[in-house]
Amino acid sequence: MYMVQAQKLSKRVASPEGTLTLLDAVDLEVVAGEACAIVGASGSGKSTLLGLLAGLDAPSSGRVLLDGVDLGTLDEDGRARLRAGRVGFVFQSFQLLPSLTALENVMLPLELTGRTAPGRTAREVLARVGLADRLRHYPSQLSGGEQQRVAIARAFASSPKILFADEPTGNLDQATGERVIDLIFSLNRERATTILLVTHDEAVAAHCHRRLHLAAGRLRDDSGPGADRQLDLPGAAGENI
Amino acid sequence: MRIFRLSLLGLLRDWRAGELRVLGLALVIAVASTTAVGFFTDRVGLLMGRQASALLGADLAVVSSDPISPGFAGNARGLGLKIAETVTFPSVVLAGSKTELLEVKSVSAGYPLRGMLRVAQLPYGKELATRTIPAPGTVWLGPRALTRLGLRIGDKIKLGSSLLTVAEVLAYEPDRGGDLFGIAPRLLMNLQDMPATALIGPGSRVTYRLLIAGPAPALAKFRQWIDRRLEPGERLEDIHDARPQLREALDRAQKFLGLAALVSVLLAGVAIATATRRYAARHLDGTAVMRCLGATQRYVVWLHVLQMLWLGLVASLAGCAVGYFAQQVLVYLLSGLVAAPLPPPSGFPVVSGLLTGLVALLGFALPPVLRLKDVTPARVLRRDLGQLPARTWMVYAAALAVATALMLWQTRDVGLTAYLLSATSLTLAGLSAVAYALVRLLRLLRAHSGVAWRLGLAGIARRAGTSVVQMVAFGIGIMLLLLLSLVRGDLLNEWERSLPPGAPNQFVINVQPEQVAPLRRFFFANGLKDVDLYPMVRGRLLAINHRPVDASSYSDIRARHLVEREFNLSWTVRPQPDNRIVAGQWWTAAQYGKPLASVEQGLAKTLRIKLGDTLEYRIADRDLSVRVVNLRKVEWDSFRVNFFVVTPPGLLNGYPATYITSFHLAADRHGLLQKLMQRFPNITIIDVQTVMAQVRSIMHRVNLSLEYVFLFTLLAGLTVLYAALQATQDERTHEVAVMRALGATTRQLTLSLAVEFTAIGLIAGLLAALGATVSGYLLARHLFHLHYHVDPRLWLAGLIGGGAGVGTFGVWGTRFVLARPPLQTLREFS
Repeated sequence: MYMVQAQKLSKRVASPEGTLTLLDAVDLEVVAGEACAIVGASGSGKSTLLGLLAGLDAPSSGRVLLDGVDLGTLDEDGRARLRAGRVGFVFQSFQLLPSLTALENVMLPLELTGRTAPGRTAREVLARVGLADRLRHYPSQLSGGEQQRVAIARAFASSPKILFADEPTGNLDQATGERVIDLIFSLNRERATTILLVTHDEAVAAHCHRRLHLAAGRLRDDSGPGADRQLDLPGAAGENI
Repeated sequence: MRIFRLSLLGLLRDWRAGELRVLGLALVIAVASTTAVGFFTDRVGLLMGRQASALLGADLAVVSSDPISPGFAGNARGLGLKIAETVTFPSVVLAGSKTELLEVKSVSAGYPLRGMLRVAQLPYGKELATRTIPAPGTVWLGPRALTRLGLRIGDKIKLGSSLLTVAEVLAYEPDRGGDLFGIAPRLLMNLQDMPATALIGPGSRVTYRLLIAGPAPALAKFRQWIDRRLEPGERLEDIHDARPQLREALDRAQKFLGLAALVSVLLAGVAIATATRRYAARHLDGTAVMRCLGATQRYVVWLHVLQMLWLGLVASLAGCAVGYFAQQVLVYLLSGLVAAPLPPPSGFPVVSGLLTGLVALLGFALPPVLRLKDVTPARVLRRDLGQLPARTWMVYAAALAVATALMLWQTRDVGLTAYLLSATSLTLAGLSAVAYALVRLLRLLRAHSGVAWRLGLAGIARRAGTSVVQMVAFGIGIMLLLLLSLVRGDLLNEWERSLPPGAPNQFVINVQPEQVAPLRRFFFANGLKDVDLYPMVRGRLLAINHRPVDASSYSDIRARHLVEREFNLSWTVRPQPDNRIVAGQWWTAAQYGKPLASVEQGLAKTLRIKLGDTLEYRIADRDLSVRVVNLRKVEWDSFRVNFFVVTPPGLLNGYPATYITSFHLAADRHGLLQKLMQRFPNITIIDVQTVMAQVRSIMHRVNLSLEYVFLFTLLAGLTVLYAALQATQDERTHEVAVMRALGATTRQLTLSLAVEFTAIGLIAGLLAALGATVSGYLLARHLFHLHYHVDPRLWLAGLIGGGAGVGTFGVWGTRFVLARPPLQTLREFS
């Protein structure tokens, strides 16, 4: 059962020097419950790949199936509906809404999918990330680590099937970053969430079952031969390119 | 010179980037609103200046309420001057079963000496200029008179004792009516027919004019000759002091419309200030690089100031063009109030428009732009450096200076400017406080609402500053329109309601003494039992306490008018039931025939007359001196006959008197007026309803023109919203992208935007209704002394107008935000 499937995924953008190929016919399969890291140098197109897989942008060519649904057949709203409740996000720059309190930020995805008692659930998740006493604070009143913990709470609040994380420790100091990674992976274990994580930090990537390297628009499997077996899942064979 | 080129290039680049559009738009609206008013008043002013002699119908005129001594005309002829005579008075005309009060002017051959009459075959038909006057036995009727009486050319009318034939439609007469608002239906006739009508008796309300025209030296000689021969009550009018009322009306219109336009300028200023802050923020990086490459602070400042100047010039010129077209609508709205076709405008409004534009732009835009000189070059290395803190006091100080300068220019009156400024500041402070409190209140709502609602309401709270500015800006625009449309109507209706039922609605004047007894019998026979007739003797006030009164010794315009006109004196045994003695004693029977006077307290105040003062009058060649023994308060609203000055009976017996009365006539008994006219053809009946309808129609037109000017205020309010949208665009794009990533649909996002803007609009509408209600209440209580009832329509119109208007425009203005792919935005914000 694939959670994410990418087939011949390409992204090209126009630039003054002609067409620039960011991603070049990338294939990728992530099974449910797997934690997969995409590593690569800055500017290698990691975030672009993540965005395409999550349906935040449309590819130039190729196909993405998210939870079995072909994103290419959906419009912007259709993709949004697909994400709601199924997909969680953690961004490098947190991307909290500055006009909402911590509690309101975490309630957002719950309310968007019309869950009952969003306030209670949000409180519970915020307590789980250790921010029970910061509910009424606005993002600007929180430290970077605290903001990222709110973002993690928001990502997990709706119990998504898959979490996309884009450099989740990029803006944090090392100690805080480690605590945030611990939090993400312990929540991942508790809730059996699939994780697709973009990072340039090898230590962060080491937490994942599988490590893929993106360079020159192409993806290469970096993980050792035993990596897949740790998961013991069928169909999780490495996609060597 | 390089700096000029660079600034022009920068302007073009910024314009293409869309950064200057709000600034430009705000300026165009500000300049358009002032120049629209400017062009209009300029054209009316030019008409008055260039055609002054035509407006007088002559070069010089002797004006009096008594027949002008024939010697004057003789002397003028002797000097080789051309002369003509006119006699003007109001009279009721009978046509079949219809009656109408007309302004009658009978003229001698040669009239008008300057300018030309224009006639037509049909009301409002094709006009032809003519050098003739109505032939004896015929009249020319104005189009309004013609339509109201249901007449056509060739029909007959009864004027006094004469039967006259309608020969032409009178389309235009140069020296029409007393003032700008003279819209009474008109009739022109031949002076030879006058005696036969028997309309003019002693004491009638008549204006005699001797028109004189000719070469300047002869005119000068005539002036010299007549100067010492003018009697009190006779005055000389020339083209320079022609139509003082018209000049005064124009002056008032200029001030009033000018101030109305100024509201738009100040609101546009708010938009300019908002837009410039964003402009300055976006130029931080570029400026830092320029400083890094060696540009001096001076250079940086000049570059941006020059850029602003170019923009100001171009936008102001565009504003002038828009203003010119907008002015045509103003002319249309006020057509009929200005009699003659208007000449094309001069260039002056363009100059004043450009000045207004530049002053507003520099005043509101300069403070943020000047801050750019403080950008540190180190920002090139670290972008977090040199976020310029807004020096808000500078913004406010500059705005206040600009507002003061523009108001002073508009009013040329320091006291009025100070009053207006403090009233405006108070209103703004009050509205802002209420708006801020409401924004705080919205937070309570947030906890109990859905996601789109919460996001929308949170947006208002987060941008509390800009939200309050938008609410107040729109609130003021809507409030002004509410005041003009609903509150004005409410006050007028309230006043009409406050009149006692059965208040007199017909006035009868010009009743001759020998008609008093038959008229009483007529009324009695027709069921009107208690109709009293009051004597009226016309006299001119010569002196107060032996000091000659002179119009020029009063600064008050009303006082001047009062002194220039003749007074109607009356006598009575008892004061009218609605009169109250506020000082002194009413006379006893023993004092009948004594030279005493009772004066209305308002008049006493205006002319500075005190108890015990001596008033000297000239009545029909005789002088009479009376002592003020009491002051009266009069309820003018009662529509009863009342007089400013009353004497005891017996004193005025020997003087020529006419009688006046007022009575209430039920709506279904109007046929009685015709019987009255047939029995007493010389009397004049004034229907209060008709006069009120005329007043209403004038008010309506003036109001429409003001509402039109305030439309610019609403437009300026929209640019404030537009500027605020631009200033918050980055923030909103980010919010939308995050929401999209979390799975929000377009519907949910649109709803949250709709909630935010509708709430802003609702609060603006609430502020507007609140402001309009408070203003209405203050006007009713303190100015008109009426009860004020809160009008629910005011609140409904404010809320619906504000909510729907701002909601629609806000959602429309942010639609681009929804169109961007979320990934692009999220990366820009990381």
